[in-house]
Amino acid sequence: MTTKKLIEKDDVVVKFVGDSGDGMQLIGTLFSDASALDGNDIATFPDYPAEIRAPHNTIAGVSGFQVNVGKKIYSSGDQCDVLVCMNPASLKSNLKWSKKGGIIICDTDTFTEEAIEKAGYSSNPFTDGSLSSYQVIQAPITSMSVEAVKGILDDKKSAERTKNIFALGMIFYIFNKGLDHTFAYLDKKFLKKNPQVAEGNKAVLTAGYNYCENTDVLEAQVHIAHAEMPKGRYRNITGNIATAWGLLAAAEKANLNLFLGSYPITPATEILIEISKYKSLGAKVFQAEDEIAGICSAIGASFAGSFACTSTSGPGLSLKSEAIGLAVMTELPLVIVDVQRGGPSTGLPTKTEQSDLYQALFGRNGEAPCIVLAASTSANCFDWAFEAGRLALEHMTPVILLTDGYLGNGSQLMRIPKMAEMPKITPPLATPNDTTYQPYKRNTETLAREWAIPGMEGLRHRIGGLEKQDGIGNVSTDNANHQIMTNYRQEKVERVANRIPSQEVHGPDDAELLVIGWGGTEGALRLACEELQAEGKKIAYSHFNYIMPLPLNTSDIMSKYKKIVVCELNMGQFVNYLRMNYPQVNFQQYNKVQGLPFEIGELKDKFNQILGGK
Amino acid sequence: MAIEHSAVQLTKADFVSDQMVKWCPGCGDHAILASVLNVFPQIGYKKENFCIVSGIGCSSRFPYYVNTYGFHGIHGRAAAIASGVKIANPKLSVWINSGDGDATAIGGNHFIHIIRRNMDVNYILFNNEIYGLTKGQYSPTTKQGKITKTSPFGVIDYPFNPGELIIGARGTFFARAVDNNPKTLQEVCMDMAAHDGAAIVEVLQNCVIFNDKTHKEITDRETKDDNQIWLHHGKPMLFGKNNEKGLRLNGTKLEVVELGKDGITEQDILVHDRTTENTGIHMMLAQMRPPHFPMAFGVIRAVSQPTYNQMFEKQMAEEKENGRIKCVDDLLNSGDTWEM
Ligand SMILES: Cc1ncc(C[n+]2csc(CCOP(=O)(O)OP(=O)(O)O)c2C)c(N)n1
Ligand code: SF4
Ligand SMILES: [Mg+2]
Repeated sequence: MTTKKLIEKDDVVVKFVGDSGDGMQLIGTLFSDASALDGNDIATFPDYPAEIRAPHNTIAGVSGFQVNVGKKIYSSGDQCDVLVCMNPASLKSNLKWSKKGGIIICDTDTFTEEAIEKAGYSSNPFTDGSLSSYQVIQAPITSMSVEAVKGILDDKKSAERTKNIFALGMIFYIFNKGLDHTFAYLDKKFLKKNPQVAEGNKAVLTAGYNYCENTDVLEAQVHIAHAEMPKGRYRNITGNIATAWGLLAAAEKANLNLFLGSYPITPATEILIEISKYKSLGAKVFQAEDEIAGICSAIGASFAGSFACTSTSGPGLSLKSEAIGLAVMTELPLVIVDVQRGGPSTGLPTKTEQSDLYQALFGRNGEAPCIVLAASTSANCFDWAFEAGRLALEHMTPVILLTDGYLGNGSQLMRIPKMAEMPKITPPLATPNDTTYQPYKRNTETLAREWAIPGMEGLRHRIGGLEKQDGIGNVSTDNANHQIMTNYRQEKVERVANRIPSQEVHGPDDAELLVIGWGGTEGALRLACEELQAEGKKIAYSHFNYIMPLPLNTSDIMSKYKKIVVCELNMGQFVNYLRMNYPQVNFQQYNKVQGLPFEIGELKDKFNQILGGK
Repeated sequence: MAIEHSAVQLTKADFVSDQMVKWCPGCGDHAILASVLNVFPQIGYKKENFCIVSGIGCSSRFPYYVNTYGFHGIHGRAAAIASGVKIANPKLSVWINSGDGDATAIGGNHFIHIIRRNMDVNYILFNNEIYGLTKGQYSPTTKQGKITKTSPFGVIDYPFNPGELIIGARGTFFARAVDNNPKTLQEVCMDMAAHDGAAIVEVLQNCVIFNDKTHKEITDRETKDDNQIWLHHGKPMLFGKNNEKGLRLNGTKLEVVELGKDGITEQDILVHDRTTENTGIHMMLAQMRPPHFPMAFGVIRAVSQPTYNQMFEKQMAEEKENGRIKCVDDLLNSGDTWEM
């Protein structure tokens, strides 16, 4: 055994990559969970191929799982401190994500001449010098795994399948983590059904750990700083699950059944799958024949008194446009969740983008304003789904909630809220037998109409997509009335600004540069700005979650800073929206449409360039 | 999921709305409306428990003219909207009005799926074989050869027969009626209300303006006895002025025969069984058309099968009883959680 020194680090990024089927998602999750239980903050992001069974040992078949572990984590990070590569193709496609000087662990058993060639290498990366600026650990992981399970798992396939757990053992040693959590997981998963597999995997995990401990492949172990987070009970959660739960929470707080009408589409399907599980909570899920039926069934359910939602991604949102207009016209509560992906058309289904903003804001016929919100972290998808529900129900209007594939599939720690502490949601229900009831009579403060639900006595009425007469709600083609109703629909949404918090700015008032973002880029923007602030740069940042309407103080903020740059994963949709609203302000923009999140490095370079270029 | 009945006997006046009916004079829709206004009080549910949903078209204006809860949707989507209404509140009696274009063109997808699921709704399909509201373009049910605004040289599309579509989509209930025969239309509506599941009636409706007399061959006083056969469950399939004609099965095909001719007696005539699951005879009945056959009317198929809503509510009740997660706090604290 060699004693190793212990290095302290505030945060590390680890990425597990291999052939899909190598079990990368599993060991990524196990390492994340063990770290979180050990007291670290985490954020994860899975990166799988679009194909279900991509060809073996090819770049297209590489499956990855990245986790950022540390004291205070905003995103799943970009450059990796440790890259675990289970085959040549995964090394080839992920080397660009490895930090210079970082550790790369390779299973040398898989680096056969044939596999190296199939990955697209023209020479062996171990010998051609291309890895010289990294700390490469060449370990025969597969054969050591087979050795470790001898006598426990003797058929070759089962024995070889444990190799991911060997790699996990190595990582646990490197980061000085205990094995108990994973032992417990393996027991729970296999002990009853297949004790051999449980025992074999435990042996392999230990073997991986010991291999690093007993050899001198490593010079040091790393201790990752523990999280500094508010006290409380925590869990790990993906954005899509958090969205589903936020909707369920809103239904409970409004004392209504949740109705979800939806059609599967990557990367939003998880929301449909999750809510389908909770009939016990009164959640009614209708898997419709298409997205149009998804939203139309939700509109019907809303008319009939449910808290109705529909979940989709960009192409599905396009199909729903006409029906969103119907919800605007009938002034019914409805939440439309759009988990954005790369577009247009089928685009890049498994990659992230923020390019549906225009569609959410403007993608309907007629003057059809909706509330538009955007979640900005995987965990706060819960809060923003809840807020979407609250605003839809209390203001009687459709709300579009934008998340994205990065938030939806990524995970983060969430402080578990207590339902008793969440605000109550009070939709403006009509009173049965109220003789003064009129379908389009409005609350003077919010302009919301009353919600009279079929079955209620004395409130029979008809609504629909034709323009209605102010107040009494009969069909009307009167010119002046159309203007009045159009104004109401617009102002109803604008008045929501009176009931939302002010926009926050992080950083000094005299900052030279204000960085603006919205939605899923918060982690990267925040980290880049905080790092520059720590370097003494005069930079402030502000992240938007309320998109329509914008918080009331937005205009004041915009007038305060000399330079403003708006960063987004599209060609400039939010910046143009801001230009439309604040034409006096000179906005710069930074955009990227590569299906990838922002990297801290590129952001800092951009901000430094703007700051430098006085 | 019994729908609550009214404590008092309601009348037609309880369902007449205060809106001016704006269909063209002579339009078949007026007669259908009159029938529905007569039938709703007979059905007996509380007036608040009816909900009418429609798409877009002349016929889809219907909800405004009935004083119930009503929803005038968007073109083609009535079935989807109504599905949401019924799932959200299974204690409502949900009625759908839809034109031939609304149901079988733009809404064709929703139409076959609401049928396939056996959603517990009552669906009135107003078949005037034309797009009325948009002023006379051919629809998926327009007869081949018909000159319309968009088929100046005659329609070349093969038309849908809604009955075939409904039975092909595993429909549990299909009826046919004509706008100008209120008695039978009302009987059919009563049967629809009594049926658990997707109950569809195709009403041959006359559009006086853009497709006048399209159903003439079938509905004309002179020819209707020979060109209509009214089916009654458990009764022999007879038609003609004096019930002198009937249908019998010859091999695998239906055949029109005359009683008394070639030794044919009532014993040879098929007896209508609307409850048989086998679609064979029902499909053949739905397909019949002049000149070789009369068109079938009345309830052609009414098969008992669990509805989507019954099964949905059953799962719901079981999960509320046995499900582990009883409230959102349970959900939030499920799985791995820890103190920090
Ligand atoms: C999305 C959309 N496309 C087209 C129309 C135009 N449109 C309204 S009704 C209609 C056809 C109506 O025909 P049908 O459904 O047979 O009803 P009818 O008027 O004959 O009762 C069309 C094409 C529309 N309102 N919405
Ligand atoms: S256009 Fe035809 S279907 Fe429409 S109201 Fe007039 S007659 Fe009836
Ligand atoms: Mg029509």
